[in-house]
Amino acid sequence: MTKLRNSFQYIFLIIASAVSVFPLFWMLIAATNKSADVLRGTLVPGGYLMENLKTLMAAQPVVSSMLNSFKYAVVLTIISLVICSLAGYGFEIYHDKGKDFVMSIILLAMMVPFAATMIPLFRMFSNASLLNTTLGFILPSISTPFLIMMFRQSARSFPHDIIEAARIDGLNEIGIFFKMFIPTMRSTYAAAMVITFMNAWNNYLWPKVIMSDDSSMTMPMLIANLTAGYTTDYGSLMLGVLLCTIPTIIVFFVLQKSFAEGITGSVK
Amino acid sequence: MKRKMSIAKRHNLTGWTFIVPAALLIVAMSFVPMVQAMILSFQSGKGTALSFVGLSNYVRMFKDGVFIQSIKNTFFYLILQVPIMLVTALILASVLNKKDLKFKGFFRTAIFLPCATSLVSYAIIFRSLFAVDGFVNTVLIKLGILNTGYNFLGNPTSAKVIIIIALLWRWTGYNMVFYLSGLQNIEYSVYEAAMIDGATAFQRFWSITIPLLKPMILLTAIMSTNGTLQLFDESMNLTSGGPANATITMSHYIYNVSFKYVPNFGYAAAMSFLILVLVALLALVQMKVGDKRD
Repeated sequence: MTKLRNSFQYIFLIIASAVSVFPLFWMLIAATNKSADVLRGTLVPGGYLMENLKTLMAAQPVVSSMLNSFKYAVVLTIISLVICSLAGYGFEIYHDKGKDFVMSIILLAMMVPFAATMIPLFRMFSNASLLNTTLGFILPSISTPFLIMMFRQSARSFPHDIIEAARIDGLNEIGIFFKMFIPTMRSTYAAAMVITFMNAWNNYLWPKVIMSDDSSMTMPMLIANLTAGYTTDYGSLMLGVLLCTIPTIIVFFVLQKSFAEGITGSVK
Repeated sequence: MKRKMSIAKRHNLTGWTFIVPAALLIVAMSFVPMVQAMILSFQSGKGTALSFVGLSNYVRMFKDGVFIQSIKNTFFYLILQVPIMLVTALILASVLNKKDLKFKGFFRTAIFLPCATSLVSYAIIFRSLFAVDGFVNTVLIKLGILNTGYNFLGNPTSAKVIIIIALLWRWTGYNMVFYLSGLQNIEYSVYEAAMIDGATAFQRFWSITIPLLKPMILLTAIMSTNGTLQLFDESMNLTSGGPANATITMSHYIYNVSFKYVPNFGYAAAMSFLILVLVALLALVQMKVGDKRD
């Protein structure tokens, strides 16, 4: 009976894993094959990768979009991590009634859907000539209640003795944050980095609203453009999708372990 | 002398300076636009030429067939997809939490992998897989189940189902990670004690796992509800809202009204304000229900 249940568990997990991996596997196969072979349903890697790359680069500004996406995501991740962790740390270490109240107001912002702020933000940014700029891309997503909460939660486990000792050694408050807190909280920063980078890279609606120039286009916008025509060249389309997927998968794999630790620490 | 300020006061001030940048950004990027959206929702006009029209945007909303369709679609996704996804994620997490399970890391990574895919990417992958000449049809024809390719995305019902399948694929692993991290806080000995007492696997799941994971279940339910009410990328890239608006979501329609057709920001703002109210209401209901089961 136990044996039967055990093998049932494995079958369940194998099916779940296969379903999870298959679409990505198919994307990889399609990116290396001729469109005609993709349509024939092939599941073996082909030798058409370079041809697909040529077709893709001729159709869309792949290099500049890739660079844009990197630029936006990296700048946003760095600034967002500094601002949100500073706030989370401030809320926890120096907490009092006033700050707890401000925190609860900030948490309310989690409820505000992006659709509700998108139009006023667009008008605000177009008046401030922030359309097609990096600043325009990052401003709405720098400070997020989720990250602030995550860092506040992790600051809870930061020993007060360290702070006192550092103060006696003559380190000022900002010094304690940069030299003591950041190095100790590596796994929280790793998790925050994965989440912020992925959200920034994957963001589609906001750049679609404010990035009207081809030269400021992002990768998700680029691959969405590829499907606009009447006939689809599956090979180059899937290569585009692959290029748009690789960076987030790399970030995820590199930081996977600390990501899991960081999530566990932050939602306890 | 200012230098004489007490240490406590100085620390209090330092705390505020740490908080101010983040707090100001949230006020400027969330709360101010929210209020502006509310004001905007009482105005109407093309582009920037706006005038106050009272509640007429809200009245128009409930006569707008496409908007009503988009609400129906969004709730269809919500009611079907969120429960299936959360239950599947719970089962996966409790199976993966078993101590003696082999290849745990492999299964976990594989099932989480879809979450590393960008929303536009997976929407396009699913669109290609289920296209008339796509992989799924090719296989079905080869197996002799179909004679010609079935237009999955051209039929209102099957197109909705495909969106739900795609959403399940993308988000189940994500929620599973939250449950797994919650399960790690439950002592395994609790399960062992229950096993000695003769509790079946289902009883253990129902009486130990579910109650102890309740805060996490509540969190994921609120997050998924919030996310589903704001669906955009899938509707835009998987089905383009079609056929004939059968799969269009509220955010997608708001986008169309604001940026695709002749822009009507006032009307779009009124619709977006309804989403805000719905998100807040549903979160409130979920928190109330979550409290009651104590």
